[in-house]
Amino acid sequence: MGQIIQYIQSYLRTKDLTPGAAGNVFWALVYIMLVFAGLSVAVIAMNWLERKILAHMQVRLGPMRVGPHGLLQPIADALKLLLKEDIIPAEADALVFWVAPFIVVLAAFTVFVVVPFGPTHAITDMNIGILFMLGVSSLSVLGIVTAGWASNSHYPLIGALRSSAQMVSYEVAMGLAVVSAILMTSLNAEGTGTLSMIGIVQAQQAQAEWFIFKFFPLGLVAFAIFAIAMVAETNRAPFDLPEAESELTAGFHTEYSGFRWSLFFLAEYSAMIAVSSIAVTLWLGGWLRPFPALHGPSITIAHVWPPADPTAPTGALDFVLALFPGLTFLFLAGMCFYSTVRMPKHPFFRIQTIGLAGFGAALALIGLILFWPPVRDRVGDIYWFSAKVAAFMYLYIWYRGTFPRYRFDQLMKVGWKILLPIGLGVLILTATVALLQTIWHL
Amino acid sequence: MLIGGVLVITRKNAVHSALALIVTLLAQAAIYLMLYAPFVAGVQIILYAGGIMVLFLFVIMLVSIERTEKERQFNKQWLVGIVAAGALGGLFITVYSKGQSIFPDRALPIAEAQNTQVVGTMLYGQYMFAFEIASLLLLVAIIGAVVMAKKRI
Repeated sequence: MGQIIQYIQSYLRTKDLTPGAAGNVFWALVYIMLVFAGLSVAVIAMNWLERKILAHMQVRLGPMRVGPHGLLQPIADALKLLLKEDIIPAEADALVFWVAPFIVVLAAFTVFVVVPFGPTHAITDMNIGILFMLGVSSLSVLGIVTAGWASNSHYPLIGALRSSAQMVSYEVAMGLAVVSAILMTSLNAEGTGTLSMIGIVQAQQAQAEWFIFKFFPLGLVAFAIFAIAMVAETNRAPFDLPEAESELTAGFHTEYSGFRWSLFFLAEYSAMIAVSSIAVTLWLGGWLRPFPALHGPSITIAHVWPPADPTAPTGALDFVLALFPGLTFLFLAGMCFYSTVRMPKHPFFRIQTIGLAGFGAALALIGLILFWPPVRDRVGDIYWFSAKVAAFMYLYIWYRGTFPRYRFDQLMKVGWKILLPIGLGVLILTATVALLQTIWHL
Repeated sequence: MLIGGVLVITRKNAVHSALALIVTLLAQAAIYLMLYAPFVAGVQIILYAGGIMVLFLFVIMLVSIERTEKERQFNKQWLVGIVAAGALGGLFITVYSKGQSIFPDRALPIAEAQNTQVVGTMLYGQYMFAFEIASLLLLVAIIGAVVMAKKRI
């Protein structure tokens, strides 16, 4: 008990530079709970955002009835799914049918063990971080395959077969892209790279460059390969053949309903977040803010800008970018207040209007707390990581709204005949350029 | 791991056997982790549990379950089986009882955090030749599979 209090005190002390260092059991437990809660909220938010953004892309309104602008729609959906009857088809293999959604969910959530939200904000740091992440996320295909098979029905079986073929073939291209990024981590004095997620970001910090811009076209091409393969890996449009509704009704989860279906839904979205965070860690500098090497002219504003870490740079750019988390929440609060003013004035909407104003006030309060220096300096890394992942989430929705679905032979052609050769070429070129740079100092 | 292994050979349904095999392989990865070999554990998960078993399931799912359930599960070679099991058990007992003299160095020679790097250096340094020969073997297997699958190339 005394130790736990010490841990908490170490976090509250402003001078402590490594609060909650990765690997500490107590902080690991705290982070597990935080990550789980954060993921659930993110999935709920994604549910609402996806429907709204897709609707606006197609010039519709999207959910508008439950709560102001349909804000409470995901909660209503979740309630509906929980109360729905959980049907197990009579001819299905009951045990496998029962286990399959749990395999998918376990695989999707376990990968977050190594996701680095910041240099100290991670559940744990493994020596084999990226390997672990790719391996465990590849386990989710087992859940999909068994779900399709256990349903004992034709559409799910075809969906499962498509899914396994697709995921196995895109894993190859994905692996090659990842290897070329890991190669870039070995460009240091000792010449040894790292597979640890935190180590990869620290390598980008040391080289003062995001790997997407490294060896200019090479990093970008590897990133593009990964970005395409990760959409295929999560079975999302335009590669959503396993659940192509025009051909297979709903693919591998046709026979699932209620709670078990919602587990597949949860797993799909958390897998999307997981692969996006791999991409962010490997190429987009993880928790590093944009322009990690630029600091701007040095400034010190008494009482407003006392850095918690005395060795931290005090550039103007550092200060401005450190205000971003708070400003984001204030912007969201402003949107809420704007919508509150525009709500219909009919008495029927009174409760909704008050609720929206309250939500805006809560967001504004969070924004103000984020300006407080000790909090501000601690959440910067988490904010930038989440912001980059959120950009990927928007891309996913954008793809879904704009791209037509691939045919299966086209999908295989893209995977094996385009992505794989380009990935091999990029790997060889990266190795060559890295060798030229380190050995002959060109 | 033992439970999974027993389930693999006793289940009548081939898909259940495959799932039990996955449990076994994951347990094996956990044993590697306990032996301070995280890299081997990670590769075990990716290759066996993630890759090979998916292809296994892929094939098994396409085979009719009704027919396989009627087939006899155990064959009559129990004498050979007992001899083989006894030999393996004897080996295990010998290793367990004399383990300290056979594997005297019980301390971990390298730090756990360096495991992956050391494996890499050894594969591409000391054991380069064996590594390349193994990859050549895999290449032969791939070409053989293509030749057998395609009548006309």
